[in-house]
Formats: sequence, C-alpha cells, structure tokens
Amino acid sequence: MPKRYDVIVIGGGHNGLVTAAYLARAGKKVLVLERRPRVGGAAVTEEIFPGFKFSMFSYVVSLLRPEIIRDLDLPRHGLHILPLESTVTPMENGDYLAAWSDHDDTRRELYRHSPRDAEAYDEYGHLMHFMARAVKPILGMVPPDPTSFAPGDLAALLRLGKHFRGLGAERLHALVKLMTMSAADFLDEWFETDVLKATKSASGIIGTFLGPRSPGTAYVLLHHYMGELDGVFRAWGFAKGGTGAVSESIASAARAFGAEIRCDAGVAKVLVRGRRATGVVLENGDEIAASIIVSSLDPRRTFLQLLESNQLPPDFVSDIKRFKFRGSSGKVNLALDGLPTFTCMPDGAGGKLHRGAVSISPSLDYVERAYDEAKYGDFSRRPYMDIVFPSMIDPGMAPPGKHVMSIFVQYAPYHLNGGWTDAKREAFGDAVVNTVESFAPGFTSKILHRQVITPLDIERITGLSEGNIFAGELALHQLFFLRPAPGWAKFATPIRGFYQCGSGTHPGGGIMGASGRLAAMRILKDGT
Amino acid sequence: MSLRTTPFHARTGPLSEGQAWRRWAGYVVASSYELAHDREYHAIRNSAALFDVSPLYKYLVTGRDAARLLDHVVTRNVGKAKIGQVLYTPWCNADGKQLDDGTISVLDERTFRMTAADPNLRWLHLNSSGLDVSIEDVSERTAALSLQGPNARAILQRAAERDLSGLKYFRLTPAKIRGIPVTISRTGYTGDLGYEIWVEAAQAVPLWDAVFETGTPYGITPAGMLALDVARIEAGLLLIEVDYFSSRHALIEAQKSSPLELGLGWTVATDKERYNGKAALAAERLRGPTWQFTGLTVDWDSLEQLYAQVGLPPRLPTQAWRMSVPIYDPGGRQVGYATSGGWSPLLKQYLALAHLESSSAAPGTQLRMEMTVEHRRKQATAHVTPLPFFNPERKRA
Repeated sequence: MPKRYDVIVIGGGHNGLVTAAYLARAGKKVLVLERRPRVGGAAVTEEIFPGFKFSMFSYVVSLLRPEIIRDLDLPRHGLHILPLESTVTPMENGDYLAAWSDHDDTRRELYRHSPRDAEAYDEYGHLMHFMARAVKPILGMVPPDPTSFAPGDLAALLRLGKHFRGLGAERLHALVKLMTMSAADFLDEWFETDVLKATKSASGIIGTFLGPRSPGTAYVLLHHYMGELDGVFRAWGFAKGGTGAVSESIASAARAFGAEIRCDAGVAKVLVRGRRATGVVLENGDEIAASIIVSSLDPRRTFLQLLESNQLPPDFVSDIKRFKFRGSSGKVNLALDGLPTFTCMPDGAGGKLHRGAVSISPSLDYVERAYDEAKYGDFSRRPYMDIVFPSMIDPGMAPPGKHVMSIFVQYAPYHLNGGWTDAKREAFGDAVVNTVESFAPGFTSKILHRQVITPLDIERITGLSEGNIFAGELALHQLFFLRPAPGWAKFATPIRGFYQCGSGTHPGGGIMGASGRLAAMRILKDGT
Repeated sequence: MSLRTTPFHARTGPLSEGQAWRRWAGYVVASSYELAHDREYHAIRNSAALFDVSPLYKYLVTGRDAARLLDHVVTRNVGKAKIGQVLYTPWCNADGKQLDDGTISVLDERTFRMTAADPNLRWLHLNSSGLDVSIEDVSERTAALSLQGPNARAILQRAAERDLSGLKYFRLTPAKIRGIPVTISRTGYTGDLGYEIWVEAAQAVPLWDAVFETGTPYGITPAGMLALDVARIEAGLLLIEVDYFSSRHALIEAQKSSPLELGLGWTVATDKERYNGKAALAAERLRGPTWQFTGLTVDWDSLEQLYAQVGLPPRLPTQAWRMSVPIYDPGGRQVGYATSGGWSPLLKQYLALAHLESSSAAPGTQLRMEMTVEHRRKQATAHVTPLPFFNPERKRA
C-alpha cells in the first residue's frame, strides 16, 4: 500500500464532499472514493439528451447551510443559488392558487379564495417563524444522547431543555402539535381553503411513505420557514447549472484544500483489524490504508454492506436492519420544444408561472388518494407532482428557446406490486405525462425526450437503498438522536476510526450539507 | 419642470412595475423594474441584465492634440493606449486630489470618447489652452446600454451577427446591430462579463428592441440601479458622491481623497511627463497614503450574536446602503468609516466598502463596524478583505 492517507471518504455525494473539504481544510490528507464516473451522488447534473441538462434526482436546494457556503468559499468555486420565486397550484375546476414572491400579491390571491385565510396566513407565518427558530439550533447541533450521563451530553440536553422552556407555553404547545400531528390536521386548525392545505401539506410528505393525513407529517412544514433565518432569503432555491453544480463546487473547494477525489472507484469493504478501521478494499481488489474511514453511504450500506455483521454489536445490527427506507418517489425529466400552457393561467403571468414551481396538489383528497394507491403497492395514477422549469431560471440548462422540465413524482413505491419492469416504468411515465396533460392540454406534443426514474433506478444509479431520497425516511422516529440508531447518532460507529457523514445521520435530508459538516467537526474533535 | 427621461424611456417606462425611479445626472432611470430588485440582481450573475446607462456625461475629444489634452488631465497614460482600447481612469486637481473618474475610449489616433460622472466640459476647456483640440459634449446625443452577465456575449454575438470572443476586456469595436451603427465596449460596472453599447440617441429604441428580443431566450432581464448597486459593491467599484467626494465639491480639505487613498494607485502613471497632480501624487506615494479604501466582511457569528441578545434572528439590509458608518479597532478607537455596504445574496456575506487608516487596513485585520440593532448602537466584528469580493474568471476570459 504505497500512499498513506489520513482520511478516506467513501462516496462523493454532497455530504461526503463537505466532510472531505472540511477535513482537508484542517490539514488532513483526504481521499474521496466515488463509485460513479462523476461526483455528486443524488445531486448530479447530466446531459441525458444533447443540449439539455437535467438535475437527474435532487432538483432544488432547500437548506444548504450558509456557513458551509462561506467556510468553503463556494461562490468562488461556481456556486450560485437562485431564488425559486413562486408556487402555482392548478385546480381541477380550471382555477388556481398562487403563492407569489411578493407578500401583497400572495395575500390578494388568497383573499380571492378566502378572506379569512388571507388574514390567517400572516398569523400562521408569524408562528411558523418562531417555530422554525426554535428548531433551527438543533440542525447545527450534534445530537446529545438522552440516555447518557456523560457531562457533554447532559450539558447539551440541559441547553436543549432550557431552549424549549424559553419558548413559552403557547409556542411549546404548537411545537408539540407540529411534532405529532398530520400536516392536514395541523393546517385544518388554520385554514379553510382546501387547495391551500393540499399544497402546503404536500411539502410534509416529500420523500416519506406517508400521506398528508398521516401523523408526523406536520413537522416538515417548518422547513419552509427556516431558510429566511439564515440570510438565505427564500427557503427554496435553484442552483445555477443544476444540483450537480453544488456538488462540483464543493468538490472544487475540497481539491483546492488539497483533497484527492477519485471517481470510478467503488469501495467493496472497509478493512477492520481489532475493532479498528484500517483502510478500504476497492471493488477492483486494491487496498488503500488510512487511519480514519468515513462513509457517506446510507446506514444500511454503511453497516450491512461495507462491514461484516459479525464485526458489529448484534443489537446495533438489528436497529440498522429496522431503519426504514421505503422509497416513495420518482422523477420524470423532460426536454421540451416549448413551455406548456396551463389552462388555469394561459398567459403564465408574464413568465412568473414558469419561473416558479407548479404543484399538482389540487385538493387534500387528491393527494391522499395518490397515497392510497401506493399504500397497496401501486404507483399513483394521478400523482402529486412538484414541477419546475430549470431552464427558465438558468437559461443555460437548455438550448436557447428550448426548455427542461423537472417533475418530482409521488407516489412510486419501491416495493411495487409485481416489481418494477421496463414496461411498468413507461406506464408510470405515461401516468405522469397524462396527468400534466390534463392541466396543460397540448403539452405532450412539446416533449422532445423523456427520462423516467423509478425508486429502483434511484437505488441502482445512486446506491440509495430502496431509492429513498433522504438516505432513510425523515420520520420522527428516525430523527435527531435516533438517526440512524439510538446511541450512534454522533457520527461515530461501533468500529473505532470509522465514521458516518451521509444524509442518514442527523439532521439529514435534502442538499443541506449539515451532516457532512457536523461529521467533520466530530472527527476533528476526536483527533486521530 | 420635470427631470429628463433617457432615449430608452419609451421602453423602460412601461416596464417599470412600481414606477420607482432614481435621479442620475439630471435624468431619471429605473431603481428597479419589478417591485423587488432580487431577480434583477441575480440576472447579473446568472444570465444577463440590461441597464440604461445613458445619463453618463460623454465628451468627444478630437484633434491633433486630443491625446495630449487627455494625458494632461487624467492620471493614466493615454498616449500609450492603442486604438480600440478603453481606459478606466480618475483625474485630479493640482494637489493630486480626485475630481472624478470615468473611461476614455480610443476611437482612433485623434478621436477619444470620455465618460464622466460629473460635468467636465469646463475642466477640459481650462486644460486645453494652446492645444489643437476640439471638445464636444455629446451626452445628449449618445445613448448607452450596459449588458452584464455570463450570457452577455452570446446575446451580443447573435445581435451583432459576429464573433466577439476576440474582443478583450476593456477593448471596443465598431459594430452593427440590425443595421444600427454602434460601438461595443467590453466594459461595465458589475465586475462580471459585460459590454456597453454606445449609439446615437435617435436609434436608441430600435437598439433596445433588437438586444431585448435577441436576449429573451438567454434570460435577458431589464435591471435598475438597486441591483447594480449590490453588484458594484461585490466588485469593489467605488461611486462618486457616495464613496468619495469630488475635490471640486468638497467644502473642507478632509473631504478630499487622492487616487492612492481610494485603491486606485494602479491608475496613477509614473511614466508620463506632466499631468494634473503628478508631483503631489509622487510625493504621497513616497510617504505612503494616510488612508486605504478596502473591503470589509462582517462576521456572521458576531451579527447573529448581536441579534440573539435582543431575541431576534439576524436582520440583513434588503438593499445596498449608502451612508457613513464608523469602523473601530478592537480597542474601540475609530480607525475609519464605511461608505457603502449590503448583503451579497451570492456570497452569503455582509459586505462593506470602507476608508481605513493605513495602519488598520492590512487584509485580515479584525475590526468592528457600527450597527444599529433594535434602535441601539452595537458593534459587529468585521475583517478587512481585499477587493474585489467577487471576481469571476469570465470577467476577463
């Protein structure tokens, strides 16, 4: 084994790259090993059809931590997050509900549907702002172990307790409701407009195998209010060049700090000697030694594939085996000859419609019904969809005058009745296209190329188990000190020198980079 | 009496959603076209932003001694410039204190176009005695558009039906856009890839239409002064009457600055015979300028802490600000003042441009910037950062 590294990071997804960049910045000799020919994991931009660039999987940047952007100097490495301005929900009766970037426009629009809701909307926003602030510190915190008596854990728990007590009774009650209720029930307490509740609750179900009426889905409503606390301005953004550009910028920063990134270098096993990690074996049989090994893969692959189960405590193994993935979403990426015209807003509000998101969530029943089909093992015939037109935000995503359309689709269960086949994939693609067509007649004739991605495809290409986009469901029983397993939420593992840094660790989810950063901090704190 | 509108007003007027206009050299130009300027700002860094920059003062200087006159006035070496070159330059009074800054375009050996922020006709005439030169104020006759952003080249190449990849940074070329004769210079006020298009005022509207239509598939976005202000701070470009006072208007000596104090030392020629302020500037260079004009980056943690103390999340300026803000050293002694600042949506950083005593101006120096947090004066930690804050390769590539 010729070259000695301090750290090997397994997997060049955005979290792995963040860990690598922070460790390299701290002077460690870091090697990143990526199985695919390019870095990015689920945050990749690929030119599937000539001239058209698709953010293949992950397509928006929700909460990429601003401190990471600053610490790693990412704008100088090409990162530019652009605001995603609005959301329009076409309704089945030909009307629509829009949330514009301008507050007055949004209130006037909501007033059209319900004067009462228009007022409630501001109060709701005010409360959510406080709730988001209550939860935000947790995102930047290494989860304390509630069962531990170690001084560090006790201090952190105490701080946490104080923090929540400081909220006051009313807000604490709201927080508990948010943590336990369904999105639909929580929103029922505030609003009467069904399409508003449907669109808002949709954000609570993304990436989960739950419906808007399933308990525990209210929590994710908060995420929409967190971005503004960081000076990110608007919570949802679009990366210039697609989400692959986020990964590329982090990779470029990591290289600038001295990290080495090797693609086409899948890792087969982590080498363990006497309960201590000593290196990795590549799929081609090569062995590379390092004193610290960090896995950015999801918990299942990190512990059940890279290690032998007899190398780990049995109760831990069974916890990891129970960790739920249940991929529930698919993706349809389209190259378009021109923009679709939606019946509900034929003029597209002067371009505003296509510059924002289009949410296919016309009613709560519609979304819940989509879930019903998935519950029994079918993909939704009329699915919930979150549509964006990346070329309208960054014209470089398609040739001049042409467009790309990104459709996030739910539900598409990983465990489909009879399993996924090529024919089923195309049938799923047809269901998506036909549903869009019903809101935008003539749209189908503008399709130049279609890429349909099922949860099985997500697993096959990115390695995410069961195609779960969050590397493990973001359900309450899998968050914070329970992510990925009780007692092992602090990025360390039962194997000394072996760490985890992927989305399957706290806080996980989306292109946030927080897991990767916290893991790097933990590794540096532990020393070598 | 009302303020004048520019030759593009027939197009810019109807585009303005909020009718928000800003005064500029006796004209009105859009503050922002949409109610908020965010999208216009992002267009500068993401696609292409189209600005109406017609209010600039413009002078055509022609004749055998045109270069000699300009060389006598400005600090850069005009005689050495090649045809097709554009020089950014300040100019000073005899004491080496800055009067104004602008550009000089070398159209041919005897023809130069000078742009300025203030009227300079009288100053040029005063300096031209005994020279064979004619000076014409072409401010009203010449309209100008600025097209800035990564897609600017692609749009102009299509509009002008020619390859512009050979046109280097701070060079110009004559061209035709839909038959309209124009001059295209690779210049701007954003620190990005960008061009300015100079045209006879009578042809302004058809030029706007041609550029706008060609640019639409490339995401061209009309943009106003609010967006420009954010970009020019990121680019570290100073603004007269905001970041410095013209020594022509200064009421006391302390209000005057020299180019050496404004970070423009690179524009002060040492290789030409005589020009206004040469001796004073040479002496100042020798003893070292008292002040430096540099960047400041506010530490996020410090900002967050100041607001957390009153139970609030950090409040960020929604627009770039233009006022004087005291800067202190860690001991609490005032060592300078910031004159422009704002939040950079691209860099996710709170930036300021500041005048600092030279002893406190080294990059990395930790200082404090005054900040009003919930009606109370506080100080946030800030670090001296070399300018520009943002300098993409495409600017020169």
